Amino acid sequence: MPSVDINIGPVHPALHEPEKFVFKVDGEVVVDVEPRLGYVHRGIEKAAGEKTFTQAVYLVERVCGICNVAHTLASVQAIERAFEVDVPARAKYLRTIIHELNRLHSHLLLLGVACELMGFDTLFMMLWRDREVVMDLMELATGNRVMSAYNVIGGVRRNISDHEVSTIRKALTSLSEGVKRYRKAFAEDPTIRARCVNVGRLSPFKGISLGAVGPTARGSGINVDVRVKEPYAAFDEIQCTPITYNEGDSWARFMVRIDELHESIRIIDEALNKMPRGPIRVPVAEVAPQTAESFSIVEAPRGELLHHIYVKKGEDRPLRYRIRTPTYANMPALCEMLKGGYIADIPVTLVSIDPCFSCTDRLTLIDIRSHKRKVVRLKSSI
Amino acid sequence: MSLLKLAKWARLKSPWILHVNTGACNSCDIEVLAALTPRFDVERFGAILKPSPRHADILIVTGALTRQAVERVKRVYEQTPDPKFVIAVGACALSGGVFQGCYGVLSGVDKVMPVDVYVPGCPPRPDAIIHGVIKLIEKVSKSG
Ligand code: SF4
Repeated sequence: MPSVDINIGPVHPALHEPEKFVFKVDGEVVVDVEPRLGYVHRGIEKAAGEKTFTQAVYLVERVCGICNVAHTLASVQAIERAFEVDVPARAKYLRTIIHELNRLHSHLLLLGVACELMGFDTLFMMLWRDREVVMDLMELATGNRVMSAYNVIGGVRRNISDHEVSTIRKALTSLSEGVKRYRKAFAEDPTIRARCVNVGRLSPFKGISLGAVGPTARGSGINVDVRVKEPYAAFDEIQCTPITYNEGDSWARFMVRIDELHESIRIIDEALNKMPRGPIRVPVAEVAPQTAESFSIVEAPRGELLHHIYVKKGEDRPLRYRIRTPTYANMPALCEMLKGGYIADIPVTLVSIDPCFSCTDRLTLIDIRSHKRKVVRLKSSI
Repeated sequence: MSLLKLAKWARLKSPWILHVNTGACNSCDIEVLAALTPRFDVERFGAILKPSPRHADILIVTGALTRQAVERVKRVYEQTPDPKFVIAVGACALSGGVFQGCYGVLSGVDKVMPVDVYVPGCPPRPDAIIHGVIKLIEKVSKSG
């Protein structure tokens, strides 16, 4: 029987962002997937080259609002490397703490959305209720719930007082009780297992050859974690254990995230214990002191995130700014997972890579056959 | 009670919301979603999130309106039955925010559809979004 095309998107309840997928289906089974990305393309890389270094950090923070701390961290680290600036030790610890708080909020958010798509609304509401604990801590430490603008070139914007340290500790202890309950629900609940186990399988071989990153790769038993392999901020002094599961299905990817919640809480606790006293910020020149190229990789909640910049001596803006985001790297693996699955399993598989299309949509069009760049009017590609 | 009055009464007591993302950075979207969850709970005002434009009374629009999304957003607006109301949430939806001047965005959803309530902020807190919904309900109840 010839296959039938099913369009999902760009505006669709299972996708919280405008993105389109064309599924070729044979009966109930998906035989091929064609993603059509680009609906959230705003032109950030170009705009970043037109802003001063300080402004560019605020702009790239808004590449993706969910992992905004990872974006600012990667950005300021890349700029600091190009400028050859050393950041005070306390600032490194503070960056680590906020980075992990951001991971907590992102993972809780994703697990909640996954429950919503499975039709398990009670657990969705409970996860989001507990997520508010993390949002309160973000507000306490940075002054804002979501967009924290916490990392600045040369350090961080705010200190954490001893009183705040004890508030954070208390809140995280109660959160960790909740996470234990959710872990039990995900590990044992028959409804969740029925929807996730053996759904959207990705073998370790495929995962490596398609370049999967982050929890998507770790769910297939691939041991990659930038925090361990290329320690940044305070991760060279804080112990961090990568979480891997070998099953390679959607369930394993959710379990990786739940175990990472515990790991993040432990990392924050260790960082709060070890944090030295001292300055939190050093002054940095506004213009680049030398011509340089630098990059910085961090482990965003969705995986490896790379910021790459060129700076020219005496200029106050980057010559070129490039960002490679985790969801973009995970797209080929996602298409592989969806093939061979049922139509009803599409939403769960999709959400199990924790897609973030506002990150992904910064594409350059190059005609690979002629190796020529082609100017395509954006309108004509709609 | 005339039929029109009945429809208006029902709409005020239970406005159904569709959330449209026109190229947001996701922050505004998670705050819209957070407004529906237990801490803020916009459902106590009868509002409920609906997946289809054909069921919606209120469109909550976030994002800087990318050129790619324009045609889709217009179509969603046309598919929503009258009378419909639009709440623009976030600096992006208001004026483009940080993305003002980027080649990929039109900066502001009021370029393609009439907007009833503007909620500023980057992102606005869920409380502010709920305030926007309440303001709209007040506005509708005052109009004839
Ligand atoms: S207004 Fe700010 S938070 Fe909202 S979508 Fe735009 S950049 Fe993101």
